[in-house]
Order: sequence, then structure tokens, then C-alpha cells
Amino acid sequence: MSTLEIDRARKLYGDLEVLKEVSISIGTGDFLVLLGPSGCGKSTLLNMIAGLEEISGGEIRIAGKVVNDLSPKDRDIAMVFQSYALYPTMTVRQNIEFGMKIRGVSRAERDKAVKTAADLLQMTHLLDRKPSQLSGGQRQRVAMGRAIVRQPKLFLFDEPLSNLDAKLRVDMRTEIKRLHARLGTTIVYVTHDQIEAMTLATRVAVMKDGVVQHLDDPQSVYDRPANVYVAKFVGSPSMNIIPAKLEVKDGNAIAIIDIPGAATAQLAGIPVSSQAAAKYAGRGILVGIRPELFSVTGAASAQKLSVNIDVVEPTGPDTLALFQAGGVEVTARVPPRAVAARTPATLAVDTAKIVLFDAETEQRID
Amino acid sequence: MSRSTPLSNRIENWLPRLVLAPSLLVVLVAVYLFICWTGWISLSSSMIVPKYDFVGLNQYVRLWSTPRWHTAVFNLFVFSTLFLALTTGLGLLMAILLDQKIRVEGTLRAIFLYPMALSFIVTGTAWKWILNPALGVQKVVNDLGWTSFVFDWIAQPTFAIYCVVIAAVWQSTGFAMAIFLAGLRGIDNSVIKAAQIEGASLPRIYRTIVVPMLRPAFLSVIVLLSYIAIKSFDLILALTNTGPGSATEMPSTFMYSATFRRDQMGVGAASAMMMLMTVAAIIVPYLYSELKESRDGH
Ligand SMILES: Nc1ncnc2c1ncn2[C@@H]1O[C@H](COP(=O)(O)OP(=O)(O)O)[C@@H](O)[C@H]1O
Ligand SMILES: [Mg+2]
Repeated sequence: MSTLEIDRARKLYGDLEVLKEVSISIGTGDFLVLLGPSGCGKSTLLNMIAGLEEISGGEIRIAGKVVNDLSPKDRDIAMVFQSYALYPTMTVRQNIEFGMKIRGVSRAERDKAVKTAADLLQMTHLLDRKPSQLSGGQRQRVAMGRAIVRQPKLFLFDEPLSNLDAKLRVDMRTEIKRLHARLGTTIVYVTHDQIEAMTLATRVAVMKDGVVQHLDDPQSVYDRPANVYVAKFVGSPSMNIIPAKLEVKDGNAIAIIDIPGAATAQLAGIPVSSQAAAKYAGRGILVGIRPELFSVTGAASAQKLSVNIDVVEPTGPDTLALFQAGGVEVTARVPPRAVAARTPATLAVDTAKIVLFDAETEQRID
Repeated sequence: MSRSTPLSNRIENWLPRLVLAPSLLVVLVAVYLFICWTGWISLSSSMIVPKYDFVGLNQYVRLWSTPRWHTAVFNLFVFSTLFLALTTGLGLLMAILLDQKIRVEGTLRAIFLYPMALSFIVTGTAWKWILNPALGVQKVVNDLGWTSFVFDWIAQPTFAIYCVVIAAVWQSTGFAMAIFLAGLRGIDNSVIKAAQIEGASLPRIYRTIVVPMLRPAFLSVIVLLSYIAIKSFDLILALTNTGPGSATEMPSTFMYSATFRRDQMGVGAASAMMMLMTVAAIIVPYLYSELKESRDGH
């Protein structure tokens, strides 16, 4: 059992509150990704879990045990750093063995553990090299090997891939995912890259200014973001947030969007409760539409939108079409060559996946 | 070829050489030419003025049969060993302590570095008074009531050399500390964090991870301190003036007195050559191995 519970954890540097009552709880084998922009407090939270930063308030429990006052070495964790943090004067083997030596593990056992880790990460041929003789990806592999031989309850990763080039980053991402599937250890992983979060996580915590905005599995965070901030941070290109007016006809919510030079769009079939619809009837709201919810050849019953396309940006597998609606620029993901720039087009919208937000609080309306 | 190159290009090519030429010339004459000249004199029978004859290794034989030279060599050995060990050790210790995020670090670093700004003459004179039994430490402690306290190393032939060590260490420790501190600042903090998570105690982290990472700093400190140790001359003259007797004679002071006081220019030149060879024997292999390693990417 290796659960992690963060219970109203706070962090203060002097008067500066960097983390405000963060509560997260994950189960054994979960892969939690802390996602947020630089400076939002992800590393601080990770260091608090590791015991490298003091906890100013609240509690952190690993496997049910309160660890607030435990030193890092007694928390049964292993950590991988962005800068790899290898010991530069030691060989790869010595790097991996270091922790075991300190814990007084016998030589035979050490050798066995090093061999297992090296086999797992395919770096047996690197064992006698110094870190300076390795590439970035190899160094990160050694850092992971060093973490694995600890057999911890909890792995902590602090932006482990951000120093690697784009191609290698994708490879290592897969490798980390494979490792997680193989070892089944609970992982907390910090990143500012939403794609890493989507691909790796079983649970994502989106953070902003020391506050968790949304904690859920990646697909739910993507489909039903808790607020406009999360909606825009997760997904690329990000979700379109279009100012609109909500009206209720025969008990059904309809979003009315102004489109310059075309008929006003009326989108029905939006998933929102009748109480909420009644509450927001006749008021301005924000309509969240993912770019891929638009299509050129919708079903006959689909909700339609007549627009004037400004710009098209081919990306290869599909094309991004940009147009004006509700006073903002909207991006639609459509098949290649489906629309042309500076021409009118009719786009269908899968309204069942639209999300509505309060215009003032920017929170999701359910 | 050269005809077709524009004039400005040719000037650009020649300007660096032109600018460097005077200093190169000065170094060639003042250092290398005089090394050769000293080498030649050491093989001649020069006494009060240079004589350009040839007597083989006679002057070296005379040098090595002078008891005063033996004292000088022994003193240099004692002095360099203690000076290097103490300055490096204390400098490293102070740098490590300062690196523990002390708030007043800026002030402390300045205080520790000030002695380096002083001339050895000032240091020597100041310590001459501090170590003088009738004026300095002994008198202060005596006046405080501990009347039997004795600290008169500077007046004792066997201990006087340690007084030189004390003064030199005082002057140079801040400098060693500053170099080590710069080295420590260059170390990635997450390396230390990683070791902490693995359960290593702070002393162990410093011993097995941090100090080995300071190799380049050690190189600079050791090379510069060895050079200070071997050329130490003004400090001795100001502090003990090679006394009591000739108890704190050093090769540099020996060379000076042989050449300019005792009219034995040949012996003086021979001692200078011995010093040159000693420096070369220590520094060249060390530099060579360090630089070779760094080229190999360690
Ligand atoms: N030692 C510190 N003293 C004061 N402020 C700090 C300290 N460490 C981090 N901070 C502040 O805390 C905030 C969160 O930092 P951090 O957790 O490193 O962000 P992230 O990892 O999300 O980029 C930042 O605004 C940073 O300036
Ligand atoms: Mg960070």
C-alpha cells in the first residue's frame, strides 16, 4: 500500500503564501501529475512531499503515516530531478549504489540491484562511465536507475524531461509510462507540459498561484474543465471560450452567439441542468468549445454555425481554421483542404460536448 | 596572395601581434633571458661582480655544503607543508560554513578577504608586534591575570618558523576561502538534495560528493599557494628578519643575502636555480596531470 494524502497543506515564505490549503489524495499505483505554469508552486509541493521543504500548515501522509516531521530519508521516497543531479565524480555504478552503500546493503545485493536496474533501463554498457560522458537522455536514465534501486513507496519526478530535446522527450515519456506499468509504484510527477500530463497521468492536478484548480483523471479534465483557466491550459490549440447569451426555450438551454457578417448562431443540445439553465436564462455566459468539436460535414441534425473563415493553418493531419465569433477569434480543427481562407463556410458543432462557464467567476456551469 | 588582401585585413591580422609584442619582449628578456643568465652565473666563479668563466658545478657543491642552506631548505619544507595544509584546510572549512546560507555572508567574506589586500610587509610587521612577548598576546594574557602564561615562539629558534606559518596562513586563508566559495556556489543544489534523500549525512555529502567536485578550485589554490610559499621573502624579512640567528632562513632570503650581502654571486645563482627546479618539479607534473584530465572530460 502506498497512498499519498495531502491534507490542506500550506507553504509560507515569510509573508508570501506560495501554497494555499492544497488537498490532493491518490491511491496505490496512481500516477499523479502536478500541472501548472512556472512559479505556481509545483516544485515546492513536491519538495514538501520529499521533506526537502518544511510544511507550514496541514498534513502530508504517505501510506497512511503522517510524514510532516520525518526527514527525507525516512519517508521511503525516491526523487528524480530536472538537472539529473548525478554525482559527477562517481561512475554510473557508484551513482546507483550510493544510497545502498549508505544504508549498509551488502556488496552482493548491491551488485544484483544495480544489474536489475541497468537491465530494466538498458544501460548495462554505461555502468563504468562518468556522468560527463553521457548524453542527456542517458543521464536521465541513470537518475531513474538510482531511484528504482531504492524500491520506494513513492517516486517523485520534478520536470525530468524538460532538459531533453523534443524527440528524446517523447521517447523518455513512453519509457516512464512503461516503467510505471511495470513497477506499479505510486508516482508524483511535476511538469508544465500539458501533453506530458495527458499522456502519463492517471490523476492530474492543475495548479495556479498555489491553488489546485482541478483534480481529476486527464480525460475528465480535458472534457469538463473546472474553470476557464484549466480549459485554456489543457489542450493545444486551447479550448475556444466564446462570449454568448443563454436563453431557455421549452426548457432547453440555447446559446446565442453573434457572428459578424452572418446569421446569429443558436446552439441547442448543450449539457446543462435545468436549474442552471433557469438561473442563467437571459444572461451572458461563456461557451467553451474544443477545436475538434467543429466539423464540416455534420449529421443533418447537428447544430450549425455559418462563419467567414479568416485564416487557415494546415498542420498536416488536419487544418486549423480561424474565424470570428462572439467578438473573439475561434479555432476549428477540420480535415485538410475542407475550407479555404476568406470564404464563408458552414461548420457543424457537437454541442453535447460543449462546456458552459459563468461570465464573472469563470467557473463551469453544470 | 598578400598583395590581394586589403590593407585593413592585414592590419587586423597584425594588430594583436603588435599589441602583444612589447609585453612578450619584456617577458622574454626579464624572465627567460635572466633565467638563462642566472644559470650561466651559477656555473661561473662570480663573487662580488659577474664573471663569465666556467667552473662546472663548483658553486652547487659549495651551496650544498653550507649549513645555512640546509636550514633554509628544511624551513621551506616545514613552512610549505604546514602553510599549504592549514590554508587549504581552513579556507575550505570557512567556505563550507559560509555556504550554509549565513545572512551576514557578504560582510564576513569581505573581512576574511581583507588580509589578502595587505602587503606581506604590513602583515609581517603587525604579527611581529602581536607575537612579541613584551607587547602582544603574551602580555595581554599576562595582564588579564594569567601571569605564568608564556608565548614566545618568535624568540625561540625551533619555534620561530611556526610564527611565519601563522602569519602567512592568516594572510592567505581568506583568499583560499573565496576560491572554494566560488566553487561551492557553482555546485547544483539538487545534487545535495538527492544525496540527502538517499540518507547521507551532511559531513558525508561534503566528503564524498562536494569536496571531490571542487577539484578545479583545489588546483588553483594549491598552485597559487605553492608559489606564495616558495617566493615568501618580504614576510620573513618583516617578521623575523631570518632570526633568531638564522632559524627562519628560507631559500629566497638565503639567495638574497648570498648574492647581495656576502659577495657570493655564484652561490646565490646556484640557490636560485635550485628553487626554480623545485618549483618546476612540483608544479609541472601537477599542472600536466590536471590539464590532461580536464581535456579527457573529467
Ligand atoms: N526559498 C524561497 N523563498 C521565497 N520564495 C520562494 C522560494 N522558493 C520558491 N519561492 C517562490 O515560490 C513560488 C513557487 O515556486 P516553485 O514551486 O519553484 O514553482 P514551480 O516549480 O511551479 O515553477 C515562486 O513564486 C517562487 O518565487
Ligand atoms: Mg519547478
